[in-house]
Amino acid sequence: MAATPPVRRKPSFGALALILLAVSWIGVVILAPLALVFVEALRKGLATYPEALADPDCQAAIALTCQVALIAVPLNACFGLAAAWCVTRFEFVGKTLILSLIDLPFSMSPVISGLVWVLVFGANGWFGPQLDRFGISLVFNVSGIVLATLLVTFPFVARELIPLMQQQGAEEEAAAVTLGAGGFDVFFRVSLPKIAWALLYGVLLCNARAMGEFGAVSVISGHVRGLTNTVPLHVEVLYNDYNFAAAFAVASLLAGLALVTLAAKSLLERRFAMEHTPHG
Amino acid sequence: MAEPVESGSDAGLRIDTIVKQYGRYPALRGVSLDVQPGEFVALLGPSGSGKTTLLRTLAGLETPDSGEVRLGGQDFLALSPRARRVGMVFQHYALFRHMTVASNIAFGLEVRPRRDRPSKAEIAERVARLLALVQLEGLGTRYPAQLSGGQRQRVALARALAIEPRLLLLDEPFGALDATVRKELRHHLRRIHDETGLTTLFVTHDQEEALDLADRVAVLREGRLLQVGAPRTLLDAPQSAFVHAFLGETNRLHGLARAGRVLIAGEPWLSPATTLADGPVALFFRFHETEIVGPDQGLAVRLFAVHRKGGNVRLEGRDARGQTVEIDRPLTEEGQYQPGQTLYVRPTVTRIYAEDPPPA
Repeated sequence: MAATPPVRRKPSFGALALILLAVSWIGVVILAPLALVFVEALRKGLATYPEALADPDCQAAIALTCQVALIAVPLNACFGLAAAWCVTRFEFVGKTLILSLIDLPFSMSPVISGLVWVLVFGANGWFGPQLDRFGISLVFNVSGIVLATLLVTFPFVARELIPLMQQQGAEEEAAAVTLGAGGFDVFFRVSLPKIAWALLYGVLLCNARAMGEFGAVSVISGHVRGLTNTVPLHVEVLYNDYNFAAAFAVASLLAGLALVTLAAKSLLERRFAMEHTPHG
Repeated sequence: MAEPVESGSDAGLRIDTIVKQYGRYPALRGVSLDVQPGEFVALLGPSGSGKTTLLRTLAGLETPDSGEVRLGGQDFLALSPRARRVGMVFQHYALFRHMTVASNIAFGLEVRPRRDRPSKAEIAERVARLLALVQLEGLGTRYPAQLSGGQRQRVALARALAIEPRLLLLDEPFGALDATVRKELRHHLRRIHDETGLTTLFVTHDQEEALDLADRVAVLREGRLLQVGAPRTLLDAPQSAFVHAFLGETNRLHGLARAGRVLIAGEPWLSPATTLADGPVALFFRFHETEIVGPDQGLAVRLFAVHRKGGNVRLEGRDARGQTVEIDRPLTEEGQYQPGQTLYVRPTVTRIYAEDPPPA
């Protein structure tokens, strides 16, 4: 199918003004701060990077961030898949409630997502004393950070999958069953490939947020340098120590992650679009 | 063509009093139907008649609340959907979009347990044979998105045939296609049926399609089976007003049955005998089952439109009560009729049914 080229007309003054407004707004609000991160990081030359990264506290922060993402992202990918499956394939009482609950972390301040775990598992929380008796502590350490991250990044995968799975329906699965496929074959040969790109996309967004989360993690981490500081927390520590160059250097790592995510996302979107438009 | 054999034979498909309810909405209210081996049966009905539910029940995609299905004497409902070996063709094709045409067709063979799975070479050979059967040679490496609607439907058919099904089920297979492709595929399907000899059930809401294709047509309405029979039987002896009206265009006059006669207000000339009990009745006559008579010997019809329809001239008019009456005349008489003219029309064949109770 050949797409007809859009009719090109000379844009009116109003249109030009609106375009200009939109572009300068994006420039001021998004591009300028992003550029500033890199400018500040490089102010004292490229040497800032090896210096900042050689710091054992920084290395520990990077390791911790990766560790948290490695736990939280797969868990939330599995959860998101299961939630999308149950919401799009079955009718049950309370479905609307579940749909809104999935979205809750989006509308809730991240600080709350951290604080609730302190209230539940902290020393003065509901279950804190009982857990303490068994020598288990879930706050102000790595498990607390994982819990907070899980809560904050909970909607990303489900939100990507639900609209797609709703639109795709279950007829392909029904066809696979009548052709003799068992549950395993239906899932791995039909259901999963159908949503593979959207799933990857959701995982990517989930990962970006898991690595970049500040508020929730800040409440529950306890800020022990070299132990419970993630990369965003480490940036704050450096900044508060007036170590601006190092702070911006580490921050630029996070900015870089955002850019890579963005690039990967548009690549995925293109692949996804190619698979779904007729080109014969 | 498979002639319907005496019922009671065990070899075919026997559907017995299937009931299915969705919440409070009854989809099937006790449907029974016997299908002979190799027979081609159309399930015909308007939307909401339960025909698709019946088909999906046979495929195992729906579980009935009660009733029994036997195929070759075997309890079919006890089998899991994957064990039924039913070839199902879906209205919107349901092709696997991420697989090539060849992989789609091979799917049912690839997912078999290892001991029953044909070798790779055998699968490839069978796929090639099926592609030829549905006339899609050379398109095996394409993806579904690269095919036209008619081609996709043929892939779906080949995929269903690949598992050598015991039953072939088609759910409005041509519903999403344009008229020309539809007609072509219809004859193609009939030919494939005759070649393979598969027992086939075919859901449609298009009476022309059903009458054209099937050995027997089963008419459903609101979850009930109204009548089953060969197309000619249904056309010549419809047992209810609904079947009569659903199977072809028809005129309908309202009247009253009184002591074995039908009375139509203002039309004393028309009073056919009836065995129906006293009460409101509907009198039907088809457009071509009419003759034009002299004044006051038939229904006065004032024409408002004259146009060609197939090999006939179709006259559209209104009677004294304002009801639309349509009649077909041979093309040779085309010049004799103009809008505004009044004709006297007498039906040559009438069918009388008790008025349907008003829809619930």
